[in-house]
Amino acid sequence: MNAVLEILASGAGASVQDRGRFGHRRIGVPWSGALAPDLLAIANRLAGNATDAPAIECFEGGQCFAAGDAPVRVAVAGDAELELECDGERRRIAAWRSLRLAPGETVRIRAVRDGRVAMLAVADIEVAHVLGSASVHARSGLGGHWLAAGERISAQAAPQGPERVLDAPPGTDVAPFRVIPGPQADYFEATVFDAFLATEYRVAPAADRMGMRLDGPTIAHRSGVAPEIVSDAIVPGAIQVPGHGQPIVLLADAQTAGGYPKIATVISADLGRLATRRPGDVVRFAAVDAVAGEVAAREHAARLDAWLAAIRPLPADGADLDALYSVNLVGGVIDALAPPEPTAD
Amino acid sequence: MNPRILDLGDRAITVEFGDAIDPALLARVAALDHACARAALPGVIETVPTFRSLTILFDPLTSSRAELLPALQGLLAEADVPDATTQRTWRLPVCYEGDLAPDLADVAQRCGISADALVELHAGKEYVVYMLGFLPGFPFMGDVEQDLRLPRRSEPRVAVPAGSVAIANGLTAIYPWESPGGWHLLANCPVPLFDATRAAPALLAAGDRVRFAPVDTAEHARIVAALRGGEIAVESFAQSTS
Repeated sequence: MNAVLEILASGAGASVQDRGRFGHRRIGVPWSGALAPDLLAIANRLAGNATDAPAIECFEGGQCFAAGDAPVRVAVAGDAELELECDGERRRIAAWRSLRLAPGETVRIRAVRDGRVAMLAVADIEVAHVLGSASVHARSGLGGHWLAAGERISAQAAPQGPERVLDAPPGTDVAPFRVIPGPQADYFEATVFDAFLATEYRVAPAADRMGMRLDGPTIAHRSGVAPEIVSDAIVPGAIQVPGHGQPIVLLADAQTAGGYPKIATVISADLGRLATRRPGDVVRFAAVDAVAGEVAAREHAARLDAWLAAIRPLPADGADLDALYSVNLVGGVIDALAPPEPTAD
Repeated sequence: MNPRILDLGDRAITVEFGDAIDPALLARVAALDHACARAALPGVIETVPTFRSLTILFDPLTSSRAELLPALQGLLAEADVPDATTQRTWRLPVCYEGDLAPDLADVAQRCGISADALVELHAGKEYVVYMLGFLPGFPFMGDVEQDLRLPRRSEPRVAVPAGSVAIANGLTAIYPWESPGGWHLLANCPVPLFDATRAAPALLAAGDRVRFAPVDTAEHARIVAALRGGEIAVESFAQSTS
């Protein structure tokens, strides 16, 4: 049975993203895709989807979604404060689990606490694919645009079966972000490169899906060398240093080639964690060699597999969540998953 | 000169043949690109040719430098074989008139030539497509005549119209999409540079040759309508030679 999820509010920004649009960088098409691939995979597994299905990437909170005439199963991964509204009653609910949104019920992402994105997966989501991906590249309009209030996302009605939960979700990891020097590390003196590693940077307000600028001491190019190169290829994670000396970390929507020297590249294992830092957050880098970066990618994949494997069905027993979410609870009843908090009206 | 092998993070390797915009480097990039495609290297997601380098993007879960680097060295040893693929030459209509040519008069003045002479210099040359980038389908083409070389505008435009034919330094390009941009706008091309529904979404590919055929505003409008109505196909603007 067909169902829809209606966007009642798009908050600080929300777009459909999957793993990305691969294979077209040679014609200038960025990968795009979820800034936090782990959250995409976990949200999808919670919702019962393939881990690489499209989901809704929500920035900073403020998004509100409602089920149409049929129930929809959704799941949010990320350190998000959620609120479910049913018959005028509002309750805080926990992230990292799926839930069946009945017709007329709404789920709101009130805020994202750690990091700037949460992923909302929709069971059996049905969105258009362009060049092999549903990821939105807003700059070109490939895959669509930022979601706006009033839009509807098609899905199949919530399937039968238990809800799923991840009891011990990924926590905050404050380790430095690992980078592989280059490809243009030779545009910088060794002492300048060392200073880059020893420096605490702050994510500047100019941070979006294309990249994040970092505030901190400027990075000087080697004297006598122009702070530009004949354009070469870029990947997400590359750290450009333009003439002003403030580094820019390129992210999922970044263009495919560029003309600024790249001092280093954040390894793929750490990029999701960095891409979800918000303006004002402090970041530090640590250098590793390329082979260590490959090993880290494999370790990271194994850790994601472990999180996915830890997702368990919720038993339909006394603390039955279907009951908790379908009964119009009176105020003060203890939610099995999240302590009730007063809602700000 | 031996190419340099550079790390671009854990999942990409850049093979750099030089640091200039030079058709000779482009030929070496294309030769390695075709060799990689034929070799079907394990775990390679895609390759990205640029002016002077080829970047190989791979999945570190299914491949590694230990596997790829020896294979690449082997391909580099063989990749000097002249490229036998077909050469495409495009003859793209462009209109250098009125609102479609917002910077034409200014550029002519700065270059100290008449507007007609500028059109003659810009349209009188066959360009090579060095690479695509900046935006989906955006072609970096060269080389522009010395007399027309200007740095980028000091104040980039917030919105450059789609189809704008532009120059900056030694390069010329066509904007496939409305976007911000700092190049000087000389003309407009009615042929869409990018369409995701086409089998080959980007009109142009690295290595293609492009000539501009001046048309007036009426002919520009007629071509826009004919393309939209399906009366002419974009392929009709290309010729292939082996």
